[in-house]
Amino acid sequence: MKRKAFRNDAYTKVTGKALYADDINFAGQLYCVPVYSGYAHAKIVDIVTAEAEQRPGVVRVITWKDVPGSVTYGQIFKDYYILAKDKIRFEGDVAALIVAETREQALNAVPYVSVTAEELPPVISPEEAVVDGSPLVHEGYKNNIICHHKVRTGDIDEGLAASDFVIEQEFETPFVEHAYLEPEGAVCVPKGDGILEVYGSIQHPFSTRRFVAAHLGLPEGKVEVFSHPTGGSFGGKDDTASMVAARAALAAVLTNQPVKMIYTREWSMMESYKRPAYKLWYTYGFMNDGRINAVRCRILADSGAYTSTTPWSTWRSTAQSCGPYVVPNVRTDVYGVTTNNVPAGAFRGFGSPQVNFSVEQIMDMAAERLDLNPVEIRKRNAVVNGSTTITGQVLDTHEVSTHEVLDAVVKETDFLNKLKKSSKGRSDGETLYGIGLALSYRGSSIGAEGKDFAACTINCQFGGSIILETGIYENGQGAESAMSLILADLLGVKLERIIYKAPSTSHIPDSGTTVASRGTLLGGGAIADGVKKLKEVISENIADKLNCLPREVVFKDDHLWGKNGKNVSWEEAVSIMYSKRVYPFAFGYFQAPSVTWDEENGQGDAYFTYVYSCQAAEVEVSKKTGKIKVLNVTAAHDIGKAVNPSMLEGQIFGGIVQGMGMAVTEDFKIEKGHVLSLNYNTYKIPKAGDTPELKAIIIENADPNSPTGAKGIGEPALEITAPAIANALYNATGYRCTTLPLKLPEDYLETLK
Amino acid sequence: MAKISFILNGEEVSVEADPLKRLLDVLREDFEALGVKEGCGEGECGACSVILDGKLVNSCMVPLGAAEGADIVTPEGLRETEKGKVIVESFADTGAVQCGFCTPGMMMAAEALLEKNNNPDESEIREALSGNLCRCTGYDLIVKGVKVSAERGKDLW
Repeated sequence: MKRKAFRNDAYTKVTGKALYADDINFAGQLYCVPVYSGYAHAKIVDIVTAEAEQRPGVVRVITWKDVPGSVTYGQIFKDYYILAKDKIRFEGDVAALIVAETREQALNAVPYVSVTAEELPPVISPEEAVVDGSPLVHEGYKNNIICHHKVRTGDIDEGLAASDFVIEQEFETPFVEHAYLEPEGAVCVPKGDGILEVYGSIQHPFSTRRFVAAHLGLPEGKVEVFSHPTGGSFGGKDDTASMVAARAALAAVLTNQPVKMIYTREWSMMESYKRPAYKLWYTYGFMNDGRINAVRCRILADSGAYTSTTPWSTWRSTAQSCGPYVVPNVRTDVYGVTTNNVPAGAFRGFGSPQVNFSVEQIMDMAAERLDLNPVEIRKRNAVVNGSTTITGQVLDTHEVSTHEVLDAVVKETDFLNKLKKSSKGRSDGETLYGIGLALSYRGSSIGAEGKDFAACTINCQFGGSIILETGIYENGQGAESAMSLILADLLGVKLERIIYKAPSTSHIPDSGTTVASRGTLLGGGAIADGVKKLKEVISENIADKLNCLPREVVFKDDHLWGKNGKNVSWEEAVSIMYSKRVYPFAFGYFQAPSVTWDEENGQGDAYFTYVYSCQAAEVEVSKKTGKIKVLNVTAAHDIGKAVNPSMLEGQIFGGIVQGMGMAVTEDFKIEKGHVLSLNYNTYKIPKAGDTPELKAIIIENADPNSPTGAKGIGEPALEITAPAIANALYNATGYRCTTLPLKLPEDYLETLK
Repeated sequence: MAKISFILNGEEVSVEADPLKRLLDVLREDFEALGVKEGCGEGECGACSVILDGKLVNSCMVPLGAAEGADIVTPEGLRETEKGKVIVESFADTGAVQCGFCTPGMMMAAEALLEKNNNPDESEIREALSGNLCRCTGYDLIVKGVKVSAERGKDLW
C-alpha cells in the first residue's frame, strides 16, 4: 500500500456506528408515507381522505390544502408541488401523506385515500412536447419549453459551406438513475422554541432549508437542517430529497410531534429525479486537414414533469456543446422541455456526459474518414494555452493540458498499437476486441449558472485541538477529509488536531450547494482565506515571544517559528492567545472569480477554470451474444492538485464505474410516464464482478485561480467513460452506436457470426 | 405473535413478534442493530447483510420465524472481534469507504468469505462481494480492503 487513505469518518462508517436518516429516532416519533395516484397525467377532481383518517393508528392525513406556505417550490422555477393540487403531472406526484403511529399502520391506510381524477394524455417525448397543439404539462411554458440556451459564434452557414466535408449525426441518451444505496428519508422535530429541526438523507442542507422554509411559510432561520452521513447522492439528493424533508416537516408541524419519512427503493426510483434524457442533432463541418470548421448543434433535453435544474444543466451542455475543441463557427440551440416523465435534475456530470457521448464519437468518425488516428485529430483541434473557446473565452489563466492528458493515456495504454489490433468486426475467435478513447474539458464549479462562494470557521481550542466547519457537505465523496487535510497543510499543524464538525444551517453561512465538483475548490479556498486571517491574528500576538516581526512568523511542523530557530509549540501558541484574551479564531470565505455570460449570443467566460481529462477503454464483445465486456479503463485527469490521493483515486474509480454503468448495463425503463425500473433487479448497476481493471493517472498543474491549486474530480471522472467505451465498441465491431445503453442490434450481430 | 429465540452476536436473545416480520426490522427496531441497513428491501443490494449460521444472508429476505435457534452476527458483533477489527482497519486504510451505507454489509461479506477461504484471490473476492452493491467506489478499493484484511489477519482465519 502506497500511503494510508485519510478518511475522518471511515471507522464509524465501516463499523456501522454512523447514523443515517433512518437510524435517527426521537421519542414520540410518528411515521409518514406518501400516497400516489397511479396516474402519469390527470386533472384532479377530488382527494378523499376521511376513510383513511379512521384507520388504526392514523393520526392525520395531509393534502395540499394543509400546506401553510407555498404549495410549489423549486431551485430555479417554482413549479414543483410538495403535494399535488390541481393536476397530476407525473406518476411520482404525491396526492396525500398519511401520518400514523407506526409505519405499518400508515402503509395499511394508503388504499383508503381515494383520488378521483380525469386522465389526460401524457406528453412523453420532448419532440412531441414542443409541437404546436401538444397538451401542456404546465400552464405558462409555451410549447412546454422551459429554457433555451444558445451559442452564436462566427457564421454557421458560411462555416459549413466552406468545410471540405460534413458529418451529420443524431444521438440519444436516456434517463439515468443515481441509484445511491440509501433512499431518500428525513426526520423532523418541532422544538418548543419554534425551531424546526431537520435531519435527512440530502445533498446539501441549505437547499433543503429553502424548500422546507418555503413550504412551511417559515423564515429560513427557523429551520435548522443538520449535517450527518448521507448514503450517496451524486447530485441526486436535492429537489426530491428536499421535498421528502419538507413533507416530513409539514407532518411534524401539523401534528406537533417528531415525524420520520423514509422512502422505499420503489418510491425513490419512481419519484426521484434522473439525469435528463437528451436527443442531440449535430452537423459538423471538417476541413481535410482535420480541423473542425463549423458545428451546428440542436438538443432537446427531457426535463420531465418539473424544471429542477434543467436550465442550468442544459446551460452546461450549451457552453460545452462542442467538446474541448476550437471551433470558429458555432450555432448551438439547447432546449429544456417539460413532459409527463419522471423529473430530471442534477446528476454527476450534469449536462456534459450527453454532449461528450456525441462529440467524442463524431471526432472518431471524422478521424476515420480522414485516415487520421483518434489522437491526432484531437490534437489538431483541442484547446491549448491561449486558445479561444466556442463561447469566446480565452484560456490564459491556467495550464490548458488537453495534450498532456491525452499523451498520458496514449502512453499508458499503448493506444496506437492496440488500435491497430482492434477487430473492426473481424476476428478468428468468439470475441471481438477494441480500444477507444475520449477527451474532455470541464468547467469547474457552477460557472455563470449562479452565485459562487463558500465559508468556513476555524476555531482553535485551548489545549491545541482545532474545530473546523465549512459550508461544504459530505455526501460520501470525502469532503470533510479533504477540508481537514487542507487546513492541516496550510496551518502547518498535525492532522490529528483537526476535528471536522459538520455544521447545521444555523452554524455557518449559506455556502451554496455541494455540486459541480466545487467542494474542494470552494471549501479549500475558504480555508485558505481563514488560515491567512488566523495566522495574522496569532502572529501579532506571538511575534514578540519569537523575537521577530508578525509577518516573519512561520507556521510549520506543529510549531511557530521566529528567527534563529526560536519557536513555540502549537499548544503554547494557543495558550498564549487565551492568556491574552484574544480568540484564535477565523472566519474564512472564498468568492469564485467572476464569470460573464451573454445569454442572447451565448458568449462569455463561462467558467473560471477547467479540468482536463482523457479516458481510454478496452472492450471485448461476444460475437454470439453481443455482450460487451469492458476490460479496463485508463483515466488521466488534471485536477490541479491532489489533496487526498487515495480518496482521489476512489473518486475516479467510482466515477468511471458509474460511467460504465450508464454505457453498458443501466437501462431505465419508463413507458407512457410509468416507471418500470423500480429496483436493482430491473435497473442493473455494476457489481463487484463486472468492473473493469481501473487505472488512474493524476496530473497536477496547480491552478492559479484556486487558493489551494486544487480543482475537482467528482464529475470529470464520469463524463467521458461512455464515449470512450462507445468508440472502443466501434473499433471492436465496426458498429457506431449512438444510443445508450450501448447495444448491438440483432441484425448487425448476425453479420458478425 | 410468537416468541422467537436466537443467538445475536454471541448472546442468547428472544423477541415477541410476528414470525413473518423481516429479520432486518427486528434487528434494527428491537435490538438497535443500526449497522444493518435497508437499501432495496428485496435482497438485491446486500446493505442488510448479516451472517446467519455461518452464511451471508440478506436480512430483508429472512422472516423472523426462520431465525429461531439461529446464530446471527451483525456488524455490531463483528466489529468487536479481532477479525472484525482487522477488517475495519483494513477498509479504513485502503480507502474502501465513501458514503459508507454499503460498508457494514461489505464487512460482513468479507468476514463470510475469509471464514471459508483465508487467502482469496481477486476473482474470489469479487465473487464473494457480488451480492453487495456499492455505487460510490467502483469496488476496487473495497476489494483491496478485503485483500489487506486477509494479509493482516492471516493467523485469525
